[in-house]
Amino acid sequence: MSLQTSQGERTATIPVSGMTCASCTAHVAQALRATPGVKDATVNLLLETAHVRFDPELVKPEGLAAVVRAAGYRSELSEGEKINDADARDLEHAAEYRDLALKAVVSLAAAALGMLLSMPVMSAIAASAHHATAADPLMQWSHTWLDSWLSVALPWLYATNARVLQWALMALTAVVMGWAGRHFYTRAWSAFGHHAADMNTLVAVGTGAAFVYSVAATMAPEVFLASGVSPDVYFEAVVFIIALVLVGNVFEARARRNTVAALRALAELRPATARVVRDGREADLPLDHVVVNDLVIVRPGERLPVDGDVDSGASAVDESMVTGESVPVAKRAGDRVIGGTINRTGLLRYRAGRLGADSMLSQIIRLLGEAQGSRAPIQRLADRVSGVFVPVVLSLAVATFVVWFVAVDQAPLARGFAAAVAVLIIACPCAMGLAVPTAVMVATGRAAERGILIKGGEALQRAGGVTTVVLDKTGTLTEGRPQVTHLTVVPTEMDESHVIALVSSLEAASEHPLADALVREGERRGVPQLPVSTFSSIAGQGVQGDVDGHLVIVGNAMLLRSHAVEVGALEATTAVWAAQGATPVYVAVDGRLTAALGIGDRIKPGALEAIRRLRAMGLDVVMLTGDHRATAEAVASAVGIQQVVAGVLPDGKAVEVKRLQAEGRVVAMVGDGINDAPAIAQADVGFAIGTGTDVAMQASDVTLIRDDLAGVGAAIELSRRTMRTMKQNLFWAFAYNVLGIPVAAGVLYPFLGLLLSPILASAAMAFSSVSVVSNSLRLRMA
Amino acid sequence: MTGVDWIVVVGGVALIGFINWYFLLAPRTTTKAEVQGGVQAVPVLVDGGYQPSDIRVTAGTPVRLLFNRRDTSSCSEEVVLPEFGMKRFLPANRTTLVEFVPTKAGTFEFTCGMGMLRGRITVTSPEGR
Repeated sequence: MSLQTSQGERTATIPVSGMTCASCTAHVAQALRATPGVKDATVNLLLETAHVRFDPELVKPEGLAAVVRAAGYRSELSEGEKINDADARDLEHAAEYRDLALKAVVSLAAAALGMLLSMPVMSAIAASAHHATAADPLMQWSHTWLDSWLSVALPWLYATNARVLQWALMALTAVVMGWAGRHFYTRAWSAFGHHAADMNTLVAVGTGAAFVYSVAATMAPEVFLASGVSPDVYFEAVVFIIALVLVGNVFEARARRNTVAALRALAELRPATARVVRDGREADLPLDHVVVNDLVIVRPGERLPVDGDVDSGASAVDESMVTGESVPVAKRAGDRVIGGTINRTGLLRYRAGRLGADSMLSQIIRLLGEAQGSRAPIQRLADRVSGVFVPVVLSLAVATFVVWFVAVDQAPLARGFAAAVAVLIIACPCAMGLAVPTAVMVATGRAAERGILIKGGEALQRAGGVTTVVLDKTGTLTEGRPQVTHLTVVPTEMDESHVIALVSSLEAASEHPLADALVREGERRGVPQLPVSTFSSIAGQGVQGDVDGHLVIVGNAMLLRSHAVEVGALEATTAVWAAQGATPVYVAVDGRLTAALGIGDRIKPGALEAIRRLRAMGLDVVMLTGDHRATAEAVASAVGIQQVVAGVLPDGKAVEVKRLQAEGRVVAMVGDGINDAPAIAQADVGFAIGTGTDVAMQASDVTLIRDDLAGVGAAIELSRRTMRTMKQNLFWAFAYNVLGIPVAAGVLYPFLGLLLSPILASAAMAFSSVSVVSNSLRLRMA
Repeated sequence: MTGVDWIVVVGGVALIGFINWYFLLAPRTTTKAEVQGGVQAVPVLVDGGYQPSDIRVTAGTPVRLLFNRRDTSSCSEEVVLPEFGMKRFLPANRTTLVEFVPTKAGTFEFTCGMGMLRGRITVTSPEGR
C-alpha cells in the first residue's frame, strides 16, 4: 500500500485479491465509492489493487480494506509493503544468490572433470593433425605439464578410446549449458527479440559458437581433416566459461547485497508491535493499529516502535542508529523521541506522533532508497558507451575472426575462431555499468549510518567539488537561543548559586527573551525557587522586585545607576564579554552591586573543531549573519572564521551565495533548513543541519540529522572519496575492456606470440566486475 | 588471398553491418498509450528487454506504465526514468506501477538500473491546444 497526502485528501493504493473479471472490479469500486469519505475509487484487475482518493478525517486505509473484505474479496494492508521494498529485494537476492552459488559450484566441478577428460582427447587430436603450437600461456602449461603428469597418474584414461571420451565431454557440456548456463541463452534470446544485446548475449554467442564448432568437429572430424583443419574441440572451454562467469556473478551478487546493507539495517530497526495503553490496559498491537496520540510504553532495553513526545518517565535513549550520535540522549517529559531507537535506562511513556510513512525512520529509508538508486552525472559517459558496447564487441569479434582467417596460414579457422570467442568472452559491459551506481549506493549508505542523508549521486558529485563552505550563524554555529555565557560575582557579597537563585526567581515573572536565559540557568543549576513578593519591569532596562526579603535589581547599567548603584567595578570585565558577543546584565541586591552576567548565543560544542577540520581540508569558510558586525566578529573569531558577512537580511543570504558563486567558487551553504531555504537552494550543495523535518530534507542536498557541524566536513570528505572511487572504477572498467579486448583478439601475437584462451578471458571477465564492486565497498570503511 | 578468404571477408563485413543495423538502427515496435479513465496506460513486459521499448504519450495527461517483470536477472530489477526523477524496484513475476505526468514534449530514455536495457518515451504536445 502506498500513501500520498495532500491537504484534506489522501490517496492510497490498497491490495485487492480474489477478483476474476471486470464485473468484480466494478463491484469493488462501487462498494468503495459508497463508503463515506471516499471521493473516488478505481480498481485494477491486472494489478489487483484499488486506487482510492479519500478524506483521512472520515475514513482510514484500514477501513477501506474492511470495505473490500465486506464486499467479498481479500485485502490485507501490510506495513512492510508500504514502507519499502528492501525486504522483497532482499528475499529475491537471497534466492538468486543460492541458485547462482549452487550452479557455480557444480559447474566448476564439471569444468575440472571436463579439463581432465579433454587432456587425452587433445593429445589424440594433436596426434591425428599437425597441431599449431599453443600460443596461450594456459594451453602451453596444460600441454607441457598437466598432460605428461596426467598420463602417468591416470594411464587408464589415456588408454580409453579418445572418441568415447570426446562424446562424453560433449554430453557433459550439453548438460552444463542446459542447466547452469540456461539463463544466459534464454535471456540473450529474449533480448535479441527486443533488438537489445547485453552481457548474456556475449556469453551466449561465445559459448554457443564454441559448442557448435566442437560438436561438428566431434561428429564429422573427417570433414575437418580433409580440408587440412585440426578438429579441435572447445568443450572444456565452454564449461569453464560458464563456471567462471557464474562464479563472478556469485561474488558480484554477494558484494551487491553488501552495498544495500545500510538500507537493510535501517529497515530492520522497526519493531513489529507496540505496547499501547488501550481502555486502561496495556496491549501489544501491530504497528498498523497504532494511531496518533496513543500512549506507548517502552521498557529499558526495548526498541521504540514509533515517533512521539515523552509523556512521563525519564531515560537515556540510544539514537545512534538513526542520528549517528554515539552517546545516549537523556529524555524526559516533553522531549521528542524517534521510532527505531533503543530505550536504555528507564521506563518511558510517550504519545505516538508521526506514524507509518510519515515517521522519521520511514522518511530516512525512503530518502536513502531514492538516493541509492539515483545517478551521478559522471555516469553519463559510461551510459553512452554501454548503450553501444555489445554490438561493437560483436562486430570486433567478427572482424577478429576474419583477420585471423585471412592472415594466418596454419589452422586459420580454429585460431580465428578461438580468438573471436575470447573477444566475446573477455568484454565486460557490467563493470562499466556497476562503476558509478555501486559507489553511490555504498557512500549514501555509509553516510546514513552516521546520520548524514545525501540526496543522491548528483549531490554527492557536487559535494565532492565544494571549495567554499558558507555557514549561517544563528542556529548553525550557535545554539540559536540566548543563554548565560558569563558570570562574575563581587566576592565579598554572596556566592554564585545564591545570586542565580535570586535572579532566576525574579525573572520567572518576566517575559523578556533574555529572562528566559536566566530562568533556564537557574533550572540548570538546580537552585531553589524563592518567593517573589513585588515585581516590576522597566521596559528596555530590566526588572526589579522583592525576592526572599531582598530588593533585587537586574538590568543594564542605566537601570542600576538610576538606583544609585555604580557598576564601574565590573565594567572592565563586561567590556570583554561584549567584545565576545554577549550582552551584560548587572545585578544589585539591597542596593549593592553584587554580580554581572553575560547573556549570549552560545557557540555549539564542537563548532571550533568542525571548522578547523573544514579549513584543514582546504575549504574557505565564510560566516553569514544578520547580526551586527561586532557580535558577528566575536563569534567568528571564537570559532576561527576569518571571512564574515554581517548585517545580511534573510533574503539577502541567497544573493550573497550567488555573489560567491560568481567568483567561481563551488558553494556549500549550511543552515537550519527553514530560515535559510532560499540560500540553501541557491548553493551548489545545501546542507540542512539538526533536523529531520520533511521540508528541510526535501529542500537540501545533504541533511545532517544530528545537530553537529562535524557532519559537514564528514559529508564533503566522503563525497571526495566517493568521487575518487567512481573515477577509479570507471578508469578500471574502461581500461580493462580497452586493453583486454585487443589482447584477446591477438594484437600482441605478432610481437610477443601472446594469445589468450577463451578460458583465461572468462576468468578475467568474471573478476573485472567483482573488482569494481569491491572497490566501491571500500567506502564502507570511510 | 584465396576465394575462400574473399568469401569470409565479404561475409564478415555483411555480418558486422547486420549486427549494427539490427541492434542500433532497426526500427523498434512503437506503442501509443491508450487513454483510459484520464490516464495513459501502457503495459510493458520486462524480459531481457522492454516490450514495447518505444512508447508514445501525450504531454499533460498522467502516464501509468505497468511493468511486468518476467525475468529474474538482477539486471532488470530496477527501472529508472531519469528525466522524470523516477526509480522503481520491480519485483520478479509481478506488475509494478510507475506513474508520472509528462509536462514537456521530447524523447526521454528509460533504462534498467545498470543502463543495459533501454526504452524510449516520446512525449508529444497535445493536439488542438
